[in-house]
Amino acid sequence: MTDTIAEHADETLHKGESLIEMRDVGKTYGAIRALKGINLTVNAGEVSCVLGDNGAGKSTLIKIMAGLHPHNEGTLLVDGQEQSFSSPRESLSHGIATVYQDLAVVSLMEVWRNFFLGSELVSSKFPLAGMKIRDMKRIADEELRKMGIVVKDIDQPIGTLSGGQRQCVAIARAVYFGARVLILDEPTAALGVKQSGVVLKYTAAARDAGLGVVFITHNPHHAYLVGNHFIILKLGQAVLDKKRSEVSLDELTRQMAGGDELTELSHELQR
Amino acid sequence: MSQTLKPAPAGAPAEASNRVTLGLSNRLLARPEVGAAVAAIVIFVFFLVVAPAFRSPESFFTVLYQASTIGIVAVGVGMLMIGGEFDLSAGVIVTTAGLFNALFCYYLGINLVVGALLSLVFCLAIGFFNGYMVMRTGIPSFLITLGSFFVLQGANLGITKLVSGAVSSPNINQMAGYDLLSTVFAGSFKIGGVTVWNTVIYWFAFVALSGWILTRTRIGNWIYAVGGNPASARAVGVPVTRVKVGLFMTVSFLGWFVGMHTLYRFNTLQAGNGVGNEFLYIIAAVVGGTLLTGGYGNAIGVAIGAFIFGMTSLGIVYAGWDPNWFRAFLGVMLLLAVMVNLYVKKLSTTRKVG
Repeated sequence: MTDTIAEHADETLHKGESLIEMRDVGKTYGAIRALKGINLTVNAGEVSCVLGDNGAGKSTLIKIMAGLHPHNEGTLLVDGQEQSFSSPRESLSHGIATVYQDLAVVSLMEVWRNFFLGSELVSSKFPLAGMKIRDMKRIADEELRKMGIVVKDIDQPIGTLSGGQRQCVAIARAVYFGARVLILDEPTAALGVKQSGVVLKYTAAARDAGLGVVFITHNPHHAYLVGNHFIILKLGQAVLDKKRSEVSLDELTRQMAGGDELTELSHELQR
Repeated sequence: MSQTLKPAPAGAPAEASNRVTLGLSNRLLARPEVGAAVAAIVIFVFFLVVAPAFRSPESFFTVLYQASTIGIVAVGVGMLMIGGEFDLSAGVIVTTAGLFNALFCYYLGINLVVGALLSLVFCLAIGFFNGYMVMRTGIPSFLITLGSFFVLQGANLGITKLVSGAVSSPNINQMAGYDLLSTVFAGSFKIGGVTVWNTVIYWFAFVALSGWILTRTRIGNWIYAVGGNPASARAVGVPVTRVKVGLFMTVSFLGWFVGMHTLYRFNTLQAGNGVGNEFLYIIAAVVGGTLLTGGYGNAIGVAIGAFIFGMTSLGIVYAGWDPNWFRAFLGVMLLLAVMVNLYVKKLSTTRKVG
């Protein structure tokens, strides 16, 4: 499955090069501060993990990068240039693709239609021009096979695939269409152990092909398997920001479970 | 980059041993229009048996004509419903289009062709307004178009009465441009002694175009996506607002088209007409397998739905029954269709082989 990614990964990506840089980024919704003072760098060929409990600001962070809500504090640099995305299209055109946990695909649509959604192969610019359906089906089928997903029928609705496979189709699609940065929003949250494994392997493959990956999760074990850099958010602020070499899985797990608060709690509850 | 790759995990075998071709019955059941087609055949045979007058070719083409007057707008309504929205103003906009054309030209003495074009612009503006309001405010289209339905219904009557002093538009058959427009919109021709209204031809053409757009074009892909899962469509770069606004405008365009037909066929319009037709369009779409929640359906199904409407509304008359039963029958059809749809949706989203 790494073949697919390596084939389609952008040639200009160099490992370690900074793709997205956030400096002191914050976001307020009216009087509510959802995010404050976030510094995050996404490098090519690395996985940056963003961990945090519900309501910690993970989704807001994604939405800023994906172009759903522009930030209103600090600066967001993409390929060294300051940006403020106001639509997903704009973000996509900079090579930033987001795969959402639950809205990755349109379940009633066929697998191949989903694969090419938003980037259909058309025979001409004319709005009513036909799509190259035969090519689309063939490419979608080939790409999925390379990832180890064999669908019974490329015409079946994607809702009939398993959750892990749907995530993989969404990731494969993003990579196939030349994503440079892949934002994965809780890709393993709803999946079983085996299916999570498939998604994690695919994430690692994307990293090795030189893409910058932002991996959002609340599972430190999954994060530690693929991550190069870890940020833990709490109430909109970063409480931990460390490289892989500086942090152990135990510390990550402890921080995620509540960290110092947990220690305090254990004193309080001492029996 | 390839030197940095880890060994690839084993891919799938080239020839998938678990890939099977689904049986014909399975593939058929997965199509939205199959239920409607079966129902259409049953109803057709039923009326052939009970209504001798139904058997002649003339009555068949009358049925087609009746179906086309509903079917043309239903093409748009079906596409809109696949796109996940409703338009309750689709019934009265037909009358609005005709009244606008007739009143405007009659009282200002303008060529009817000019009036027809202005009426088209006006209808497209209403469609745009509906779509823009729905997308801008996030209020369900049911409510927005319910609002425009009442506004148009009231304005149709109010303005007609204000301008002409009556509740119908003046007769326009002596005005400049009438001949051209009545040939285009309300023409008919004879094939072997049978009258064929050209709306039937237009209807077929619109159905074919809609079928092409939905299944073969990028726009069709987007329509299914914005109906099935707008958030996910937006995330992959589908211009959701433009697609939906375009669909509302398609419905009002087709409403205008039928409005032109009605005006130039009867030369005068009752200002209160069209109320209730919006539900006929929706029924045609739903009976044809379109999901009320969006994302599923097709053009042929909607056409069959309209055909069922045409068959039953005339079949009951041909059979010599009280035509008041027609609506009751339509209600039963709707309930059956909804249940079949639910079953089909379940069937097509259950997991088969991973």
